[in-house]
Amino acid sequence: MALVDFYIYACRAWLGFVLPYPWAWILSQVTMILVFTAVLLVMLAFLLLFDRKVWAAVQMRRGPNVVGAFGLLQSFADFFKFMFKEPIIPSGANKGLFLFAPFLTLTLALAAWAVVPVADGWVFADINVGVLYLLAISSLGVYGTIIGGWASNSKYAFLSALRAAAQMVSYEVSIGFVIVTVLLFAGSMNLSDIVRAQTHGWFAFSILLPMFAVFFISALAETQRPPFDLLEAESELVAGFMVEYSSTPYLLFMIGEYVNIVLMCALMTIFFLGGWLPPVAIWPLTAVPGIFWFLLKLVFLFFLVAMVKAFVPRYRYDQLMRLGWKVFLPLSLAWVVLTAGWVMLFGRGTM
Amino acid sequence: MSEDANMLTAIAFYVFSAVLLGAGFMTITARNPVHAVLSLILAFFTAAGLFVLLGAEFLAMLLVVVYVGAVAVLFLFVVMMLDIDFVKLRRGMQQYMLLGFAVGGILALELVLIVAQHWSLAVVKAGASGVSNTVAIGRVLYTDYVLDFQTAGLVLLTAMIGAIVLTLRRRSGVKHQSGWRQVSREPADCVETVDIRPGEGA
Repeated sequence: MALVDFYIYACRAWLGFVLPYPWAWILSQVTMILVFTAVLLVMLAFLLLFDRKVWAAVQMRRGPNVVGAFGLLQSFADFFKFMFKEPIIPSGANKGLFLFAPFLTLTLALAAWAVVPVADGWVFADINVGVLYLLAISSLGVYGTIIGGWASNSKYAFLSALRAAAQMVSYEVSIGFVIVTVLLFAGSMNLSDIVRAQTHGWFAFSILLPMFAVFFISALAETQRPPFDLLEAESELVAGFMVEYSSTPYLLFMIGEYVNIVLMCALMTIFFLGGWLPPVAIWPLTAVPGIFWFLLKLVFLFFLVAMVKAFVPRYRYDQLMRLGWKVFLPLSLAWVVLTAGWVMLFGRGTM
Repeated sequence: MSEDANMLTAIAFYVFSAVLLGAGFMTITARNPVHAVLSLILAFFTAAGLFVLLGAEFLAMLLVVVYVGAVAVLFLFVVMMLDIDFVKLRRGMQQYMLLGFAVGGILALELVLIVAQHWSLAVVKAGASGVSNTVAIGRVLYTDYVLDFQTAGLVLLTAMIGAIVLTLRRRSGVKHQSGWRQVSREPADCVETVDIRPGEGA
């Protein structure tokens, strides 16, 4: 790795001591993680603004337009507003766990990005079980919610946390089956290999198209985006399991939620829209760096998510559960069988 | 280079082991049962880390998905909703102390016996055959052990159906909603526009 060698070289040439390889390796990893996280969070700040702008445009409003040109710095202003507010911890709360929950949520949301290839070879951990790692991390996401709800020592927060956990667990099942169909098509659990398997056609343009739709809707439910945001339902309820949170702990929950949404968009890009691959492999398009295509697809999917928030009415809780267990689960299970049969008959990948 | 990598692995191993032992100790000593379950979850998670160090990444991920992501969530649900009386719990301590020590002693003895027989634990390393261990497990599971695998699936299916049959009860007097009927309702079915002239309304 180039950065490791650079650190060893820099220490020997400029600082005059020999840096052992393990320390250089750890240092370079930490540097790259910090840089990646910083870029991701800054990008997130603008995506947040984009989200609000799209929402405002649908409702014929202007949206945030005061801080900076076109309101570009609005997210940063909000960030500082949250930072400088007073964090309030309820007297009956379990203090340690109360503060631990938002950290857990954000850490897990960021940790999932370790296996996401943003361009060919641009990935932290190019592991063979990348998809399983994602499933493992996303199944841990429930804990931030439950612990936050329980540690608040409030009935409403706890009830909401139970509902949130039920919702997340329900939709994880169908997401898991959708991913299985993708794996059957790609023949690998490595995310980079899944993208490479789409060189001759994206999985969205194959029999997996219905699964793309199922994944999209399940992703909305999994990340508690509208129309499935029954926990926060700001016009009807208070903020669900986050009701007792304020200031920076609340900010961590909110950032974690948005990082998860962007992660889901990135996963849809990788699973169905060919990741960093250009739409068609002809010259001027292949010359464009892969990261550009990846971000373009990601932002497009995020736009769809924002539009759904703007014009779809909220679901009822029983409708949400019915959709997850009685519609998506049988459908995705049937599609696993169908895809397996297709792979047996016609071979892997798109035709 | 490999020596450096070994050193990193060794550091990671000792960190994970220390956390695992600490979490295990916390699980049995924590006063608050929710803290105990959370420590148990931490123990599962660090055990997964140790599996990764052994090269068994498939097993590690499965441990997290199944135990941490599903089983422990249910534990946590149950423990959080229990109404726990700490005084009562501690009163029973003396009674169960003997039983606890007996079970613990037997487990420790068994562990010692196993370790004494196969002392070459350090050599255990997965993935030596050159295929990723997902592929290796898949090959074995669906060829040599396909019958056992299917039988295990059937047992689980039976358990699931059993649980549903035991808990399903049809109560009378409950109004069930049909999602299909709700969705397929048209405005024309329920709203009628009536043109009433001024002064002639009922």
